Amino acid sequence: MITAGIDMGTQSVKVVVLKDGHVVGRGKTFSGFDPSKAAEEACTEALKKAKLTPSEIDHVTATGSGMEMALSSDSTISMMGADARAGVFLFPAARTVIDVGAEEARAMKCDDHGIMVDFVVNERCAAGAGAFIEAMARALEMKLEELGPLALRAERASPINASCVIFGESDVVTLIHRQESKPEIARAIFDAMADRVSSMIFRLGLTPEVVLVGGVAKDVGFVASLKRKLGVEILIPEQPEFAGALGAALAAASRTK
Amino acid sequence: MNETPGKDDVEYWRWQEYHRVLSDRTWKNKDLITAGVDVGSVGSKAAIMIDGEIYAWGIMRTGSNSPESATKALNWALEGTGLQVNDLKYIVGTGYGRVNVPMANKAITEIACHAKGANYIWGSSVRTVLDVGGQDIKAIRIDDSGRVVSFLMNDKCAAGTGRGMEVFADLLKIPIEQIGDFSLKVEKEPEPVSCTCVAFAKTEAMGLLRKGWSKEKVLAAYTRAMAVRMANLINRVGLEKELVITGGQSKNVGIVTRIENVLGVKTLPSPKWRENGLDPMVAGAIGAALLGKALYEKAQKL
Repeated sequence: MITAGIDMGTQSVKVVVLKDGHVVGRGKTFSGFDPSKAAEEACTEALKKAKLTPSEIDHVTATGSGMEMALSSDSTISMMGADARAGVFLFPAARTVIDVGAEEARAMKCDDHGIMVDFVVNERCAAGAGAFIEAMARALEMKLEELGPLALRAERASPINASCVIFGESDVVTLIHRQESKPEIARAIFDAMADRVSSMIFRLGLTPEVVLVGGVAKDVGFVASLKRKLGVEILIPEQPEFAGALGAALAAASRTK
Repeated sequence: MNETPGKDDVEYWRWQEYHRVLSDRTWKNKDLITAGVDVGSVGSKAAIMIDGEIYAWGIMRTGSNSPESATKALNWALEGTGLQVNDLKYIVGTGYGRVNVPMANKAITEIACHAKGANYIWGSSVRTVLDVGGQDIKAIRIDDSGRVVSFLMNDKCAAGTGRGMEVFADLLKIPIEQIGDFSLKVEKEPEPVSCTCVAFAKTEAMGLLRKGWSKEKVLAAYTRAMAVRMANLINRVGLEKELVITGGQSKNVGIVTRIENVLGVKTLPSPKWRENGLDPMVAGAIGAALLGKALYEKAQKL
């Protein structure tokens, strides 16, 4: 059986093709101005890698904030539901799945079948999402990818009182003027964001094992800060940004049975 | 002035810095002259009072150094009065930078100062004060003598603050002092933007502009969302008439009008600061100077 999952994220579209429980292809494009077209491109890329044609796919399930724009999908699944499925598929012991994306963060509690039982979400505030790191990297005039490794070199924490992207920018500028070292500033940025994300998770309750997915899971600086705040080990899959698409592909498989 | 309107390097967020001495008042050496210095996150304000009556004030942008901003604001308020810092019997520092006012005899929270200042500017009928500052919003309930009964504040989020408005002024390239009038130039009030987070609202606004919305309409939708936020804070603290607005956003007619619409009550009108009236942005500094007078008198009696 062959299924596909399309995750229509705010920043990028991700596609996973699943064949008999194994990932055989992935595709990713920027959402841009035309997310429907981006979805098509990502699908083509994933199918090419899987050496399959569209007609061979039994069922396509879409998820993500723009899921209604995935024109080729047969069904949809909530982002929380998709994340929970993917988390438990990747790590069977996972009971808490955290997803930090470009513009949203959420945490799901799930059972051993990957069914979501409870969730919390932050979608109203950029301070708890990837957008925060992007804005701070801009304020520091650095590349986004440089920030994480830099933060790991910090010798101490120098807290900023930023719980808002707008104020965070001026806080960072203040630290620059104070000639605080760049690693310390980078760490302060991730600590502030991890603070925001962890307070959301504590509202839900923390049940191990804990899995972190979403694009921001690739950022070593954020992961280190979140680990410190949560006080537990965090499991991260390879290519964590594809978790939503994987969950959707898994849902598609259960829907064709 | 090397700024040319229409050029990209115009600082749309920049508001007018000014100082004023009320010419119908003079001072004598025996007068009890006090000052309040309110170092906010965006603006630094200083007020000079003679026996509890306003005499002069100055408003300027806060720099990166709080003590320096405090000193500059106070010196500016003193300019043209013939007074020296030594002539001031008591100085109270307030605002988020209040602990960094080097010449102050005492620091007092801006909540107490805004309460007292609102009572001075509008009189004893004021019961609710909304202070919209550069980086926070406070809803304060006060009694007829200007004492704080209770308050609520939002200081974790730029939505609705002066800083948030500056971001939008820059984004839409509209000078901040015209932003209120501009936002009211819509035939029909649009739906408020769905997200109050300034970072996301910016993205949403750019999307609306691309969809062909006029700048006025986008600004109206944003201002509406901010006004709803402020109105909610007022409702949570408990609205009792009369209501007044202090802080920089009291000058934003788009915000004031919409708060009145959402709450269904009129605010007491702001003094005409551009003519010879008091400035609601100085309320905190005025309150600080008044509290300074009371503290000085108390100390003399001991």
